[in-house]
Amino acid sequence: MSEAVEHRTDRPGRPPGETPPRRGSLSFLRSAGALFLRQREATVLVVAVALIIYFALASSNFLGKSNLITWLSEDTAYIAVLAVGEVLLLICGEIDLSVGFIYTFSPFLTYYLISYYHFPGILAIIVSLIMGIAVGWINAFLTVTVGLPSFITTLGTGFVLLGLVDTTSHAEPVPVPPGVQSIGHWMSSYAWSEISWAVALVLLGHIVLTRTRWGLHTVAVGGNLLGAQEAGIKVKRIKYGNFMITGLLGAFVGLQVAFQTNTIDPTAGGYQPMFYAVTAAVIGGTAMLGGVGTILGAFLGAIVLGTLTDGFSIIGISANPLDIIFGGAILIAMIANVQLAKLREAGRS
Amino acid sequence: MTTTTPEGAAAAAAAGGDILRVEHISKRYGAVTALTDVNMHLGYGEVLGLLGDNGAGKSTLLKILCGFQPATSGRILLEGQEVVFKSVDDARARGIDAVYQDLALVNQLSVFHNMFLNREQNSGPLLNNRAMRKLAREHLEEMGIKIPSVNVEVAKLSGGQRQAIAVARSVYSNPKILLLDEPLAAMGVKEGAIILDLVRQLKEQGNVSIIIIAHNYGQVLEVCDRVNLIQHGEITYDKRSAETSVTELTEMVVAEYRQALEERQRLGQHPHIPS
Repeated sequence: MSEAVEHRTDRPGRPPGETPPRRGSLSFLRSAGALFLRQREATVLVVAVALIIYFALASSNFLGKSNLITWLSEDTAYIAVLAVGEVLLLICGEIDLSVGFIYTFSPFLTYYLISYYHFPGILAIIVSLIMGIAVGWINAFLTVTVGLPSFITTLGTGFVLLGLVDTTSHAEPVPVPPGVQSIGHWMSSYAWSEISWAVALVLLGHIVLTRTRWGLHTVAVGGNLLGAQEAGIKVKRIKYGNFMITGLLGAFVGLQVAFQTNTIDPTAGGYQPMFYAVTAAVIGGTAMLGGVGTILGAFLGAIVLGTLTDGFSIIGISANPLDIIFGGAILIAMIANVQLAKLREAGRS
Repeated sequence: MTTTTPEGAAAAAAAGGDILRVEHISKRYGAVTALTDVNMHLGYGEVLGLLGDNGAGKSTLLKILCGFQPATSGRILLEGQEVVFKSVDDARARGIDAVYQDLALVNQLSVFHNMFLNREQNSGPLLNNRAMRKLAREHLEEMGIKIPSVNVEVAKLSGGQRQAIAVARSVYSNPKILLLDEPLAAMGVKEGAIILDLVRQLKEQGNVSIIIIAHNYGQVLEVCDRVNLIQHGEITYDKRSAETSVTELTEMVVAEYRQALEERQRLGQHPHIPS
């Protein structure tokens, strides 16, 4: 405290007492660069733009309309939507491994409700979405109230859901019932619906995280659980809520993918989309230890993953080595985040 | 929120009233008894030092008084009325606020977000950051607390600054009673002096009655009107600061330890330091 100097500016960038930078274009660029690098999303934005430029140069079809739809709506959107939930959970110190199985189960539930119980389409969809929320509640109950680690809880509920799907469907795909096709268009089968939903949900998630009490309390719960409790924050409610949001998004994405592919497939979903969503979150700057994360970063992370998936196929490279690149991307992103955090630290002290 | 004016506090103090009385409070965690039978009172505008060795039950008592956890038995009287705090928010609404030993600050959040944690200003569904920033800046300035900016993450502040932010936050809503848990722990002499100055300042304003928990008697004794010593979950000593000394208090704690040691040796147990 003694060494602190009254310094009332809203920008924490330059410490008090330091000489102002020279007014040259070079120093402006340097300070703009430093400011940019301090944003958590910076690294992944650079990577995303570089990849897009690379694939656009490598293939003239990359930015063509039909590929844009594949790239954004089919390869990116689902990751981004799932990542919104995972970021919220990771920030408050939890994870949901079951979300991909909620994704698998929700279109089957819609199918069963319509085919066997003659539910109207819209009602079947609503019940399926509520199922996602309910699984989120169960995950939260076992994690927050019973006290299991969420890694274990959601591992268990994920398997249960997969078993439910395989048992009830005999591991066979079923067609999308005709009653929900028109709703399906709006949810996903119109060319731009999926990416539009993803952008809307990402923006909504971003606002919730950065501009509402809910978001602030989510960060507080992950940043200092005991402190948040002492401040009177209902930490259980925050965790329950974020598990339920993630479950809802999982159910939603499952329906979207079923409508878009026009089939309800027991092998859809599972661990892969969940891990992609966590990967997107991590390379976007979300810490696994809680308290830190951005949904915009995760969206950029989803774009990176979607761009690699789509780019590889469009330039005709086998998709087999893709996971090597994804794995490398996670490691590089984490190293970069650690280094950037040190840079931020140095910039402020 | 109602506040006690200095005149009101003085009048009440003259009448001999207590703002807070604690009667026969006990707290058990399973087989462990943290508090056996605590009886304590706090006058209007008074600064009470609650001293005791580590593990004596000081923090447990504080967490009961601020609504963080319920007592196993006993009752709390706030301005003569029996109260049961359902939560921290509930206690805060009745005018009791606390600065915890760990400060309850979130490192990843800015100073102003920490200041308004769980009492945020909203405009519609969104946070009103502009208003919170302004109020935080004004409030800190008023209290003479100097920090680089209200926008910095609290992780970037020194120990003394963090403590000052935590104190400033807890008095923001004009509590009637302020509980400070080890406000000088892990702090240099210089930084500690700033916190003691803050306490003195609050005392002079006379709007708030304060309980300071400490195991380092020397520093807090000078700001306290009265001290209580807590030993084995009970208040064993109650004197005005002017009538006691650091030496006497230390003697009491050492005597307690020596006694426990002798007891164990007599029973043939290995001596160990009480946790």
